Amino acid sequence: MVKRLVVGAHYGFGDWLLQRLTAVVMALYTVLLVVRLLMMPSRDVFAWYDVFANGPMRFATFLFFMSLFYHAWVGVRDIFMDYVKPISVRLALHAVVAFLLLGYAGWAAQILWRL
Amino acid sequence: MTTEHIARTVQFKIYRYDPDKDAAPYMQDISVQLEATDRKLLDAIVRLKTKDDSLSFRRSCREGVCGSDAMNINGKNGLACLTDVDSLAQPITLRPLPGLPVIRDLIVDMTQFFKQYHSIKPYVVNNTPPPERERLQSPEEREELNGLYECILCACCSTACPSFWWNPDKFVGPAGLLAAYRFIADTRDEETNERLDNLEDPYRLFRCHTIMNCVDVCPKSLNPTKAIGKIKELMLSRAV
Repeated sequence: MVKRLVVGAHYGFGDWLLQRLTAVVMALYTVLLVVRLLMMPSRDVFAWYDVFANGPMRFATFLFFMSLFYHAWVGVRDIFMDYVKPISVRLALHAVVAFLLLGYAGWAAQILWRL
Repeated sequence: MTTEHIARTVQFKIYRYDPDKDAAPYMQDISVQLEATDRKLLDAIVRLKTKDDSLSFRRSCREGVCGSDAMNINGKNGLACLTDVDSLAQPITLRPLPGLPVIRDLIVDMTQFFKQYHSIKPYVVNNTPPPERERLQSPEEREELNGLYECILCACCSTACPSFWWNPDKFVGPAGLLAAYRFIADTRDEETNERLDNLEDPYRLFRCHTIMNCVDVCPKSLNPTKAIGKIKELMLSRAV
């Protein structure tokens, strides 16, 4: 087979931008969480439960996890792109990470809405 | 402060490899007696070649304009002709630019580097009929090109960039991206959109993770990272 150099997969910019936006979301959430935890009336499991039982906080937490997983997806894929050269191995690793992160997202939702 | 220049001996440790003779590269320890007039590293290497004429390296203008004598000097890329020999810790370790195939000793094969440079179309593209006299720019428009056009293509930056080491065939590299922005920023050029399309790829532009090795080593004090940031800004402004 002729070895052709193929470039022009037009998702570079979108992923780069989303990685930055998700970082902002995570930074804002971290501040929110710290403030919220400092405001806990007592340091026990019930106060902890109350923090996340609140609807907007639950939504913000889920948003944080989704941002984290998307951010991680772009970052980990970047590492594979740099260091894993065989296409088949890279595709397999991409698939493993993608499904793992999707699973984590479902798990995070399950934990949050079970509280 | 002016350094007192006197005849002195300088110790070198030089990467040597002649594929016709050597099975593997090795480091050669060698010292050379410098004259009082030998000030730059290039002067010292030229002096060294009179002692061991098998040493191969590129050099031409010897004043930081041609970019031929880029090499890895004590672990950092730079131009031998712009580096004060007395400012270097001894033994002065010289290696070829990292990440490119070695042809012989300090000479590397720059094919990949120039392929990337050509891939960004390093010339003004303008299909409107030219005016009777030249295509004019205002002083402000011309100002935009400062810090971009001065690149001498010595490859110090691209060969200091890990992203270029891992993907030299796909990542344009800091030198190529600086040149890309030089033509994007040029008001006489009409292909801005096509140029941005050409770079909107996970490899070509977005392998840059902003570690700024390029800025650190550039012998002309240029800032490829800033140019890359400006390209991303333009992509953002056309996307949202």
